[in-house]
Amino acid sequence: MVQSSALPAEQYNYDIVRKFTIMAMVWAVIGMMVGVYIASELAWPGLNLDNPALTFGRLRPVHTTLVIFGFGGCALFATSYYIVQRTCQARLAFPWLAEFTFWGWQAGVGLGALSYMAGITQGREYAEFAWPLDIAITVVWVSYLAVYVETLRRRNQPHIYVANWFFLAYILAVALLHIFNNLAVPVSWTESYSLFAGVQDAMVQWWYGHNAVGFFLTAAFLGMMYYFVPKQAGRPIYSYRLSIIHFWALIFLYMWAGGHHLHWTSLPDWVSTLAATFSILLLMPSWGGMINGIMTLSGAWDKLRSDPVMLFLITSLSFYGMSTFEGPLMSLKSVNALSHYTDWTVGHVHSGALGWVALISFGSFYHLIPRLWDTRMYSQNLIYVHFWLATIGIVLYITSMWVAGIGQGLMLRSFDDYGNLAYTFIETVEFMHTPYIWRALGGVFFVTGVLVMVYNFVMTVRSARREQAALDAKLAAKMAKA
Amino acid sequence: MFDWLMWFTHMENSKPLALVLFFGVFCGILIYVYTGKQRGQRLESYKYIPLDDDEPPAADAAPDGNRSPSRKVTDHE
Repeated sequence: MVQSSALPAEQYNYDIVRKFTIMAMVWAVIGMMVGVYIASELAWPGLNLDNPALTFGRLRPVHTTLVIFGFGGCALFATSYYIVQRTCQARLAFPWLAEFTFWGWQAGVGLGALSYMAGITQGREYAEFAWPLDIAITVVWVSYLAVYVETLRRRNQPHIYVANWFFLAYILAVALLHIFNNLAVPVSWTESYSLFAGVQDAMVQWWYGHNAVGFFLTAAFLGMMYYFVPKQAGRPIYSYRLSIIHFWALIFLYMWAGGHHLHWTSLPDWVSTLAATFSILLLMPSWGGMINGIMTLSGAWDKLRSDPVMLFLITSLSFYGMSTFEGPLMSLKSVNALSHYTDWTVGHVHSGALGWVALISFGSFYHLIPRLWDTRMYSQNLIYVHFWLATIGIVLYITSMWVAGIGQGLMLRSFDDYGNLAYTFIETVEFMHTPYIWRALGGVFFVTGVLVMVYNFVMTVRSARREQAALDAKLAAKMAKA
Repeated sequence: MFDWLMWFTHMENSKPLALVLFFGVFCGILIYVYTGKQRGQRLESYKYIPLDDDEPPAADAAPDGNRSPSRKVTDHE
């Protein structure tokens, strides 16, 4: 094993990590606020103010793009650039290209959000970017791959740590998914027609959609988990061999599961069955990974009482376990007949997105920030406050969506004694009004937690600057005396 | 001469073949990872990599045992 004696800030490129960390927080605040706004629009439709740019249809992709690609993407860029340097004990390759990935990514996310508000969209879920932006994003992504692979190649550590396997798989898979799902014939600067048609188009879209969840929102954040959980716990991961099996099982299985988004459509029945089968199989690697992460604390559970960052990391793994149980359950055709097109799906997505993705990112940030700015967090108590606001927010969100979704599904398929629908559509809408209010409240809790984190972060950076200034003044005084 | 390649173009042939190949490779990985005591020890030794990149204590501590002002946060905190 190789150990370095240089100071991390000198040995590694932390500047790019800091930039992505800051922007992750910026996009989190904007994207989640938009989320709360559109959740409120569903409860109180008057909030769209008769302005097309503020309607749910236009703001919804703004929300998903800002939180997935803005917040999640920047968090992944930041942590992957940090982890690859630390575990390879090598400075990030091609610093100018890494800088390009930063500005390119921010421009892509920002322009994408603005274009949706203007009504420019491809109409493909999570891939709404118009074709010129798709090409620009491809260039940024290939640059990311080049920086990452070259840093791995320059490593001073003989073995490539498993977190990097997850990051590399995510970079490669997202490149494949993005390119093939966006193959299109442009007809103007803002419009294009997909190269695929009919059910093939739907299949390609959900091959992309599900694997965006699988590789962007799962594999990559597992890379984060495999570094920050052991690091924060101060003990190695429970089983390295299990992490290898976790990786390969996830990679083999995820690509086949996308068809479960199209149950009970014109999709061939065998594709539906195949997708459901692989979704059930996915439970094994998912829970293997969860157990591997949680058992890292085996023998040191007391850390959960004393370390709020550990609370974030372990709770995120619990939500990962819960949502990866719920997902296979919902992929069963019989369950899907009830859950699909209802708010149960929305609740499921958010238990993964808020409970797993956001919490593991927050935990990682709380580990990263003191190291990037070489100081201590401004307030440990505020980390606890953030944790509880986030957890209460998630619980309010997903339970209200269970009520809304399962209730809606049951109402829509109820029949009276004569075979007529027991409820009209508007009755289901009336039924969902109260859960929608609770969902919006859950979102408010979650966003408030994020604002607390941002405040804590800003105060931490300010105190780091003050400490540095005091240190510089002391040094200058010493030099003057000498 | 290459007519036998046509066999792969039929989905009812290529699907089970792909399944056998992928499943076979995965079983191979399982066997590789969980057999061989020395290999197992070697693989498990890699789990210390994230902890190995910490600063050595000497770089972080002054001779009197206090921390150097150059680093205020150590990796295990």
